[in-house]
Order: sequence, then C-alpha cells, then structure tokens
Amino acid sequence: MDKSIFEVLGPVMIGPSSSHTAGAARIANIAAHIAGKGFNRVVFGLHGSFYETGRGHGTHKALAAGVLGFGPSDERIRDAFHYVELAGLQVEFRHVQLENVHENTVCIEFYRDGQKLCEVTGSSIGGGNVEITRIDSFDVKISGANPTLLIRQNDKKGVVSDIAAVLADNDINIGTMTLSRTARGGVATTIIETDSVIGEGVAESLMGLENVLSVRILDAEGADSDV
Amino acid sequence: MYENAAELIRQAEERDVPVWRVVLENEMELTERSEALVLEELQRYYGVMRAAAVSAIKEPRDTVGMMIKGDAQRMGRYVPQAFSGEYLGTILARAISCSEVNASMGKICACPTAGACGILPAVLLTTQERLSLSDREIAQAMLVASGIGAVIVKQATVSGAEGGCQAECGAAAAMAAGALTSLRGGTPEQIFDAAAIALKNIMGLICDPVAGMVEAPCAKRNASQAANAVISSDLAMAGIRSVIPFDEVVDAMYQVGRQLPYQLRETSLGGVAASPTAQRIAKRAGARTISGE
Repeated sequence: MDKSIFEVLGPVMIGPSSSHTAGAARIANIAAHIAGKGFNRVVFGLHGSFYETGRGHGTHKALAAGVLGFGPSDERIRDAFHYVELAGLQVEFRHVQLENVHENTVCIEFYRDGQKLCEVTGSSIGGGNVEITRIDSFDVKISGANPTLLIRQNDKKGVVSDIAAVLADNDINIGTMTLSRTARGGVATTIIETDSVIGEGVAESLMGLENVLSVRILDAEGADSDV
Repeated sequence: MYENAAELIRQAEERDVPVWRVVLENEMELTERSEALVLEELQRYYGVMRAAAVSAIKEPRDTVGMMIKGDAQRMGRYVPQAFSGEYLGTILARAISCSEVNASMGKICACPTAGACGILPAVLLTTQERLSLSDREIAQAMLVASGIGAVIVKQATVSGAEGGCQAECGAAAAMAAGALTSLRGGTPEQIFDAAAIALKNIMGLICDPVAGMVEAPCAKRNASQAANAVISSDLAMAGIRSVIPFDEVVDAMYQVGRQLPYQLRETSLGGVAASPTAQRIAKRAGARTISGE
C-alpha cells in the first residue's frame, strides 16, 4: 500500500472543509513558496466547486492565509483578511473555467508592482491532499507531501546527470523526478521529490552547476505544520 | 505489503497477527518511521479528536452559517431519554460536537475529511469509555480505520466533490465500523465485513450542503453515519457476512460517484441545497444561489 495512513487520517486542521479549507491553504502555501518572496498582489482564479461553494467553506480565507505562509492548522486562518491587510498584500478573487482539471482547482497569479512573477495552478484532491499541476507554462505534478526540489535549467545534455550526482553526493534518495520543457534547447524544469530533508547546502551546490538557472526547496511543511 | 482489503485480510490471517499490525508495518516501511513515532502521532491526533468531540456539548459554538449552533448540547442533554440508549445517544452528540467545532472554523482532525470529522472520534471515544480501553488500544483501532481508509483512497476517492457524501461520510462510517469491530475482538474478515456493510448502507448518498456550508445536512449525517458504523459492526459481530466483498463495494461506490451529476457533488446546486428554504438561507448568508442572485 503506497498510501500513508496520514493521507487518510489528518491533517489536524482548521475547519470546515479538508478540501476547501485545509487543501486550499496548502495549495496557496506551496504556490507562495514557488513564487518566492517579494509579491504584493495575488489573484486567485477559482474553478468549479472552489468557486461554487468556496465562500461558505472559508476557501477565500484559507487561500489568503496560505500565501501568507500560514499552514492548515493555523488558527489565524479565521482572521486571514486582517493579516493580509497587516502584510500590505492585495488579494483578488475571480471565477475561472479551466480545461481538464479537478473540480477543486485554483490558479494563483503572483505580482510585484504590476509585474507578473509567477502563475501556479493546483487542485485539492480530497482529505486535505493537494497536487500542484502547473507552474507558468510547465505541466508538473507536486504533492507537497515530501521534500521537493524545483530546478530551472537550460535544456542541455548532461545537466540532469549533474543534478543527480549532487543529490547522490549529499545522500539524498530521489523518490520521483519529472522533467518538462517548453521547447528543445529552451528552459526546462526539473521537479524532484525526495525521501529525506534537503539542506540549504544542496541548493547552493546545485546553483553552482553550469546551466542551472534557479533552485527552490519546498519542505513538507504545508502539510501538518503545528499539529 | 498489501494493495487491497483482500490482501490485507489474507496477510493478517496467514501470519496470525491483528489487522492493525499489518497496517502499522506497512506504514513503517513506507515512511521509514518507527512504531513509537507512528503511535505517538496517532495519539496526538486522538487528543484533537477527543477535544472536538466534547467541546461543543459543553459550550455551543458560533458556526459560520449559524444553522447548527447548540445542536451538540441539545443531543448531549437528551441522552438519558434517548431511545437509542446511552452508548449510541452519546455517540450522536459527540459526532455533532465535532461538526459544530468544524463549522465554527475550530481545530479538528480530518478523518478522512473535515466534513466527516465526527464519525470516527465519536465511536472511538465512547467505545473507549464503554470497554475501559487504553489510548494505545485506541491508536491500534485508528490504524485499522486508516488501513480501511487507505484502500478507499487508493481505489476510489474520499472527496465529496468527486464522489458525493457516500465518499466522505461513507468512508468515515466504514473506517469507524472496522475500528469498532477490531476493538470488540472481531476477526479480520469481520472487520472488513463491517466496513463493507457500512459503505453499502450509504451508497449513492449525494453531497448537498445548504448554502455551500458544512453544517446542514452534514452534522446530522455525521450522527447518522456514526450510528451506521455501530449497527454495521453489530451485524458483522453477529456473524452476518457482507455478500459483496469490501474491495468490490469500494469499486461500486466509486462508479456511483462518477455517475452522480455535478449538481449533486458538493456544488450546492441540487438535493436539499436546492430547496426553497436552503435558497433563502444562502441568500441571507450572501452565498451564491441557484438563480445566481
């Protein structure tokens, strides 16, 4: 059985809905990690049931709390808009209709001073579990349940084996690895879910590699932060 | 290792170990966590469950939609007169208490989801008192419940938006029925028979939250599905077999979920959510109504 019992029981979370509240907070949390620091405006595009029943489930509050870095069991979710104001963040909600996505899906756009930094799409697939399905123009598959490395690199021969070598040197086992690119020879994205915690030193070693453009680490924190 | 209920039952029988032991070993291998760490985590979850199961009976909570405030206390006070008896009456009150805490944006433990968060805690806590069980024994029952839930997550879904209420409260009822049967000394076969019976009893139930909130009919469904877990366990303990094995019931539940129209899967566009009263409540709460007003 490849499903952990903690994908069934838990998360310990703020109600009322594991998919619409906890899952929403987690997606936004992971998306904000991917976007990095420095955004001051966030636009949430709500699809399907997120749009239809989101308001009564606190989805809007959970999403806003998530981009502020609050986890699904953070009691501040209830007053998320207060904290959004304190942070000087601007948040907007829109109705979107996306193709071939789960019923509970949100597309999150991050802006700094009117300039778009990043766009992340994620789905809440039940029981508080989530899946990030798209980052900018790349199709991805990130659960956030395991420590994850997000690497952007030039699409050149040998880069992937260089990356794998750095991980092996640091005794990190690769769980899953997905590679996608927009065009041959262009910019590619590598997503690696690992079995163990990824230290900061690993990111530095990866950044030192030729043709690696950026490295981001997602720890598994969005999951059960302050149980 | 196991991939479905049939394999889980066979392993427990062949090795002559309880179901919880097989689930625990799978978890330890999968996540590289020690037995102590897994049990400790489960007991921490149980602490959150216990608090949610009793707190709204003591003190009613302001829920987002103000539809169910005070219901846990009403049932809690009525237990001495309940025709369903002290044990089941207490379970009903505790299931509603969890739902009330959840609907007030309080802290709960999803099991397997927040909408269904009252079923397993109510059954576990009340059975713990009835049989004077230790927290460790409850953690073992939680392993049984999660083993059942994992099969549903893997083969089907526990999302109301995907499979309706049968997927959420149905999964919780199956988990609670199996956990209870395990606490009562049932065999692996009886544990999964109880789970199968519970899931069959709720098959086809739609998800139709009034005004899009997890209050009505959700809190009452937590109560009724906790009761479903108890009666399903009784049937299995009496030696009544589920004619359809658990794995096939799960597949059937998933198929039914896929056949449910969009309006009946957590969108609040059908079922009692489409009733005139529900529409009035939605309008009052500023939620979207069917006419889009």
